Amino acid sequence: MTNTVKTPLVHITRRKNIVWYRAWAIRVIAVILALILCGIITTFVVHINAIEVYKTMIAGNFGTARKVWFMGQDLATLLIISLALAPAFRMRFWNLGGDGQALMGCFGAAAVMILFSGSMPNWLLLIVMFVAAIVAGMLWAFIPAFFKAKWNTNETLFTLMMNYIATQLIAFFVVVWENPKGSSKIGIINQRTQLGWLPDIGGNKYILIIIVAIVLAVGMFIYMRYSKHGYEIAVVGESEPTARYVGIKVRKVIIRTMLLSGAICGLAGFMMVASTNHTLTTTLVGGRGFTGVMVAWLAKFNPFFMIITSFILVFLGRGASEISTMFGFNDSFGSILTGIILFFIIGCEFFLNYELHFRKSAKKEVA
Amino acid sequence: MHQRKDQILDFSFDAVTVLWQKGTNVENKTPILQLRGITKRFGDIIANEKVNLDVYEGEILALLGENGSGKTTLMNMISGIYYPDEGEIFVKGQPVSIAKPEDAFHLGIGMIHQHFKLVDVLTATENIILGLKEPGGLDLKKAADRIKEICDTYGFEIDPNQKIYNMSVSQKQTVEIVKVLYRGADILILDEPTAVLTPQEAEKLFNVLRNMKKDGKSVIIITHKLNEVMEISDRVTILRKGQYICDLETKTASVQALTDAMVGHAVELNIDRPQPVDPKPRIMVDHLTVRSQDGVLKLKDVSFTANSGEILGIAGIAGNGQKELLEAIAGLQPAENGDIYYIEEDGSKEELLGMDPLKIAAMGVSLSFVPEDRLGMGLVGNMDLTENMMLRSFRNGKGVFTDRKSPHDLAEHVVEELEVNTPSVTTPVRKLSGGNVQKVLVGREIASAPTVLLTAYAVRGLDINSSYLIYDLINKQKKNGVAVVYVGEDLDVLLELCDRILVLCDGQVSGILDGRTAQKNEVGLMMTKVGGGEAE
Repeated sequence: MTNTVKTPLVHITRRKNIVWYRAWAIRVIAVILALILCGIITTFVVHINAIEVYKTMIAGNFGTARKVWFMGQDLATLLIISLALAPAFRMRFWNLGGDGQALMGCFGAAAVMILFSGSMPNWLLLIVMFVAAIVAGMLWAFIPAFFKAKWNTNETLFTLMMNYIATQLIAFFVVVWENPKGSSKIGIINQRTQLGWLPDIGGNKYILIIIVAIVLAVGMFIYMRYSKHGYEIAVVGESEPTARYVGIKVRKVIIRTMLLSGAICGLAGFMMVASTNHTLTTTLVGGRGFTGVMVAWLAKFNPFFMIITSFILVFLGRGASEISTMFGFNDSFGSILTGIILFFIIGCEFFLNYELHFRKSAKKEVA
Repeated sequence: MHQRKDQILDFSFDAVTVLWQKGTNVENKTPILQLRGITKRFGDIIANEKVNLDVYEGEILALLGENGSGKTTLMNMISGIYYPDEGEIFVKGQPVSIAKPEDAFHLGIGMIHQHFKLVDVLTATENIILGLKEPGGLDLKKAADRIKEICDTYGFEIDPNQKIYNMSVSQKQTVEIVKVLYRGADILILDEPTAVLTPQEAEKLFNVLRNMKKDGKSVIIITHKLNEVMEISDRVTILRKGQYICDLETKTASVQALTDAMVGHAVELNIDRPQPVDPKPRIMVDHLTVRSQDGVLKLKDVSFTANSGEILGIAGIAGNGQKELLEAIAGLQPAENGDIYYIEEDGSKEELLGMDPLKIAAMGVSLSFVPEDRLGMGLVGNMDLTENMMLRSFRNGKGVFTDRKSPHDLAEHVVEELEVNTPSVTTPVRKLSGGNVQKVLVGREIASAPTVLLTAYAVRGLDINSSYLIYDLINKQKKNGVAVVYVGEDLDVLLELCDRILVLCDGQVSGILDGRTAQKNEVGLMMTKVGGGEAE
């Protein structure tokens, strides 16, 4: 029982189980530490009171009713794309093409809107837009899925590259369909006639997309948790040999799941064009296909936790841009703060899974 | 020493004899390695609790214990992979701290792990000197000479210039041992070294170990095979559930007494082998040839018949086509040539080859398969017991939603029937011990009342109790008229359990023997050379 010489300073052991309140305490401590570190950095680097900065972040999200609605719309868009990615990631199919798939959805909807407005009744126009958006999103997801299933190509690079093709395709058509002429951009489509615009609910154009996002979250939860498809996705993701062993057709599941993923991305594109933005630009999706990856992973693919994680990311993002405008910095400073906070939130996972024993307290036991 | 007497007395063994042994034989030598009160925890699991161990110069010590008794964990603390939470280690009487593998190496301790750590594309010499910081330039010639010298001293047979990927498992193991000796180790730890060897290769290894002992080296051999303990060791230390139980001189111990000490209660060591009931051909494999995806010949012209109500054993060194054979029958492995027929009760034949598991089931053939890789193929580690039961049944019922009720009931039934030790049916199976994982898998596979049961290494890594439970389950299936194919690695078990034994060598049928009359040596020779006969 005598203390041995030269005990290592720290040694790390794996935790077996952690009680929920301890886990949340660790998370809260992580956020507090992140805020303290951000405070130190703002105070000493840019000489601004850190409390003011945090107030600004909150005001940027909740300052006015308009800001709250705007944040809700932002959150809903991100959530829909994240929900689209979740089944693919659950299947361990690294779909980094959410941006491209959603952008193709925007493209499909906008193309129908520009080319066919007035040539058919508005309700039919909306349906055709909807179908075009979903088919376009599915196509962009099907191509890499097919190559993966058939020739086992690397889906990470494939889906990533499909994003650039989508961006360039839209860059080309933006010039073709420019409005007004010579502006090299597409302004608000059908501003005057409002053809192909989804109706506002209660006079607010952001409510509809929020409802769609909530319905999708519930639907996705049920699909992943209780359906036969959801079970197959989970088995394929955990172990392909097991899937083959019980006769699950792995190729079929990969293609089917990616079609679903692409369809929901396409739906997100449709909502952006028909309901919230009414335009088409190369940056319309704005990297949400990548942020969505983080949302899905942080929530461990649980659609309801994804509401929380997408809120955190939207809050940080909007807060950061508010800081930039209020204090006259460029975007980078806000991004630094966002980065620090995310680093702590993700980094605290380590302390949830492992515990450290220090030299002095090596003999003291944690129950 | 005083502290240990209580523990020895606790034990129902002939404690007086043991103490007397200690008094006469041990006190006059100092141990080269001593462990005192070593404790190691992983979360709430106590892997080792206050373990004491002595190793003397020039002896072979067997560390005996069931799976999960903490043997490997204890040895990993000596070789610097884990650091003990409590306790002390002495080398040659001096207290030491072994925080990393280099520390162990400087103290002359070397461990040969179960999974070899060699670079395939390098030669034996390159692997042996890899990572050594010797002064001067790299002199492969000199190193090769020294390796030759070590080999001659102890009786190893390796070519220092041979690449690892050209070597057999036994040769690779030799390289690992030479690597440790080259670094000047005096204390060698071997973790279940015979698990991958044929009886003949094991015998060769034992001769080498005896030579090392003569040269004054100390050898610790981790094992749960009692016949090996009896054959090679001078002393044996027994661990049970992470605790030190006793140590004794091998020559005073009996196999039955060692088993009882290891398990903690009396164990019946005979495997039941009922006479086959009305055996009729059930599976007929005809001239089957299988190539892997990269074109390597895995099975060559294999033909045999498996009968109902009979256990057909498959013997062979690991990787000689066992996996491909079972997977081909189960519809998971395409074949280049040949046929696999399922023979119905009325004698009509149906081709199984080219079918996938779903089509086989749709034909009305109830075929169960317990694959070698339990968590990688038979089960999903991150899913709980109910969800793992669903693997076979999730398609049942109409509609898009899964039925969780019946798999949940099945899970509870299996837990109760097979005495699965689990907190609940909602625990992920990867958190269960190896024996319990296997019970879940076997329980699910026999629940569908199969007519054919394929098992690969069904008792690998299981403790004695669980192993016997699995043998009983397999025998029960046999009595029910199931055609059982049992791929095994322990020849003693194959010879006791199976009605017939098919020996595979290099993907070919080396011979089919009657399990009741076959000799272990005969099977061993057939494993290394097609048709058997004098090897070498």
